Amino acid sequence: MMPQLPSSRFWLTRPFGERTTQVFLGVLFTALLVVTVLHVAVPQGSPLHVNAYTVNLFGKYLSYALLAVAVDLVWGYLGILSLGHGAFFAIGGYAMGMYLMRQIGDRGTYGHPVLPDFMVFLNWESLPWYWQGFDMAWFAFAMVLLAPGMLALVFGFLAFRSRVTGVYLSIITQALTFALMLAFFRNEMGFGGNNGLTDFRELLGFNLRSNDTRLGLFLATGVALAMGYILCRAIVTSKLGRVCVATRDAEARTRFIGYRVERFQLFVFVVSAMLAGLAGALYVPQVGIINPSEFSPLFSIEIVLWVALGGRATLYGAVIGAILVNYAKTIFTGVMPDAWLFALGAMFVLVTVLLPKGVAGLLRKRRRAVESDNAGTKEAIA
Amino acid sequence: MRRFLSWGFLCAVLLGITLNVQAQTGPGTSDNDAALELLEALDVDSYRDKGEAITAILQSDDERARDWLQALLDGRLQRTGSGRFVVVLDNAGRNWPVEDALTHEPLGEMSRRELDRIGINNALRNQLRSAIAVVDLYSPSVERRRISAERLLGEVDGELVEPINELIAEEDDSQVRTRLTQAVAIYRAEQGEMEGVEALTGSLHPRARVALGRAAHGDDPVVADAARNALASVEQNLKINRGIETLYFGLSLGSVLVLAAIGLAITFGVMGVINMAHGELMMLGAYTTWMMQQLLPGQPGLALILSIPAGFLVAALVGVAIERSVIQFLKGRPLETLLATFGISLILQQLVRTVISPLNRTVITPEWMSGSLVINDALSLTINRMVVLGFALVVFAGLVLIMRRTRLGLEVRAVTQNRAMARSMGIRATRVDILTFALGSGVAGLAGVALSQLTNVGPNLGQNYIIDSFMVVVFGGVGNLWGTLVAGLSLGVINQILEPWAGAVLAKIIVLVFIILFIQKRPRGLFPQKGRAAEG
Repeated sequence: MMPQLPSSRFWLTRPFGERTTQVFLGVLFTALLVVTVLHVAVPQGSPLHVNAYTVNLFGKYLSYALLAVAVDLVWGYLGILSLGHGAFFAIGGYAMGMYLMRQIGDRGTYGHPVLPDFMVFLNWESLPWYWQGFDMAWFAFAMVLLAPGMLALVFGFLAFRSRVTGVYLSIITQALTFALMLAFFRNEMGFGGNNGLTDFRELLGFNLRSNDTRLGLFLATGVALAMGYILCRAIVTSKLGRVCVATRDAEARTRFIGYRVERFQLFVFVVSAMLAGLAGALYVPQVGIINPSEFSPLFSIEIVLWVALGGRATLYGAVIGAILVNYAKTIFTGVMPDAWLFALGAMFVLVTVLLPKGVAGLLRKRRRAVESDNAGTKEAIA
Repeated sequence: MRRFLSWGFLCAVLLGITLNVQAQTGPGTSDNDAALELLEALDVDSYRDKGEAITAILQSDDERARDWLQALLDGRLQRTGSGRFVVVLDNAGRNWPVEDALTHEPLGEMSRRELDRIGINNALRNQLRSAIAVVDLYSPSVERRRISAERLLGEVDGELVEPINELIAEEDDSQVRTRLTQAVAIYRAEQGEMEGVEALTGSLHPRARVALGRAAHGDDPVVADAARNALASVEQNLKINRGIETLYFGLSLGSVLVLAAIGLAITFGVMGVINMAHGELMMLGAYTTWMMQQLLPGQPGLALILSIPAGFLVAALVGVAIERSVIQFLKGRPLETLLATFGISLILQQLVRTVISPLNRTVITPEWMSGSLVINDALSLTINRMVVLGFALVVFAGLVLIMRRTRLGLEVRAVTQNRAMARSMGIRATRVDILTFALGSGVAGLAGVALSQLTNVGPNLGQNYIIDSFMVVVFGGVGNLWGTLVAGLSLGVINQILEPWAGAVLAKIIVLVFIILFIQKRPRGLFPQKGRAAEG
């Protein structure tokens, strides 16, 4: 059952007419505001004070949430179970990391004016060509979107054109991120190998180690999440979104009706990859490191769990799932690290078997129950 | 390296020993005072004097000479506070059992503080090794003669040629004879003698190649020419041998891939289910082997053979448990099944980490599987890989038989092709599901047993193979055993061919990219299912 298309004429403003978007944005901005106030206005030592570490942690969760929204866009509305979105996230992160590396300038351990420390260490003479331009913020920020977008375009073009779907596509995406992980582990690639890129100092002139910058990054991630959410909502409520859902439910029929299914798939896949890249770029300055482990197949499949737990094809469910799972991870790895993989594994099994619609499904069921209750009482009164 | 060694001495010794052996001197009951004097000469500070003492020991007719030299080389020849020479029998632990160096009389245990080792340096170590090799040429043990003949390749010089030729005439063992002949030929070729070059033609030993290389730059144009020709044919021969070796390693890797992927192919074909826990079932098979060896200490071979059925059973039972508890509730939702089984794989991994250990366990390779089969000087094939290759083929043949010749196979094929139609013909699809899953999981267990002989057994064992085995399934085509075989073996060989010039990691990446591109051309693999079965 498809909900009615909202009435606004311009597709990008259409989501604002929706109830769920209004609630989502309301909750998100309230949360941002509350955290900011508690961090800035409440004095340290007060039990209500939110310290810089926690702000940073929330910022990390929000970037994961944006990544989950990107995955939900392709999995929930296009039926493509990508087990390789971690790759787009990591590439966006590396693009940001390269910019941050160049910003270090001659303050590295070896004090080389141009080359990052690890290149000096490897006796490289000059910057490889693909590192050129990353000293300029606008170029690096463009690459944050373009690099994952290009990879998704090439990969998606090849995959969708030859109608690779379902489980096959999942396996191939997993192989993609696995291959990239192996490649980025190599020192010869010029991305710092095993250690990745780290020891960042400043972003656009702001010191990354100061608390104000951390708060700013947290807020920026929140705003990016809101914008990403609105964009995805706009896409799925548009006509194009309806073709996507039709493709998800019956690809062959949609093709026979006359839609060039692969083009829709490719477009949405690329948008999703760019959002994932953006999430990665916001993640890296907050955690201060990017290394090939972000390419690991385990991470990519974990993202899918966030979406499944929160509720597929709802977008806000993805946000809930990402925050819930990562909060649980923080708690678990702090209290009993050995149990985390048990918990994660159990979540995979329980969510798929018992909770196929996720937390969002539970919420919706509750609301429907309340509504029918209300309707019942109204009838009784009448 | 050992050139500094005074070969003149050795030759003298050699002749001395020859005479000695020919004279059939009885066991050395010679007086112990002389022997003690020989050993005392070793206990001096100057290494040069020690070297001379070693030569003196060699030249003595004492039949204990070899034991002394060996003990000296191993650092086991020591002296007690009272000046007695002893040989330490086992220098592990705090107290060492020792025996008298002269009389072999056991002296009980001594603490290391009571003993004083006779030190040697690297130069002396080399001298000792060569000396022992020469002494060993007269040893009654064929094994020792073989090793010492091997050591002499490239080490012969003019004065040794004659005694060695005499030895060749008396030698019974053909292997020792060949080696000694080669050793002489290498010397001759290096001297630029035609005879040596001719004898070395076709020999693949690296020393022989060095000798031919020298002869090729010799003064005599005829000999140099012959050496060049011989060298060219040797290089050609080597290239072929290297090709065979690459092929062998490729097939070995491929057989592992086939073992890992074939169970996956069956379950995927029948149920459309991607079992992400397949690798962990392999891990369980490998751990079963380890467990068996713990239960049967001292009998690794028997334990390995018993773990073939045991590994199959353990993995099959766990597989059935997974099917009954999770997969049956996810019928028709392959992507959800993928996620759920991935969760199970995490749980199994962590379970092994917590219950057994996060560290790798050692599985012993039984004696009949270790070592290698020496084809020639440039090519030797490791036996464990050959056994695994054979095992993979046997398992494959067994599966083909089950699929083609049994009732279960018939039902499995029917359900694979058209589930609804098969059910309407009275096949109980659920039962087929369970049995197929048990079979596929059991084969994973077998793969684990085989892998325990090739790699480390640890909690991550399965993870390392899961992506590769999916690649094999995708490459070969679903539901086709022959496809899996061809895909597995060819991916293994491709990987090995690429490795020398691309490196291990890059080779893997190239193979992955190749498969991604291959899927463009043939989305359903090498051997796709035809007809209606292909839809869905």
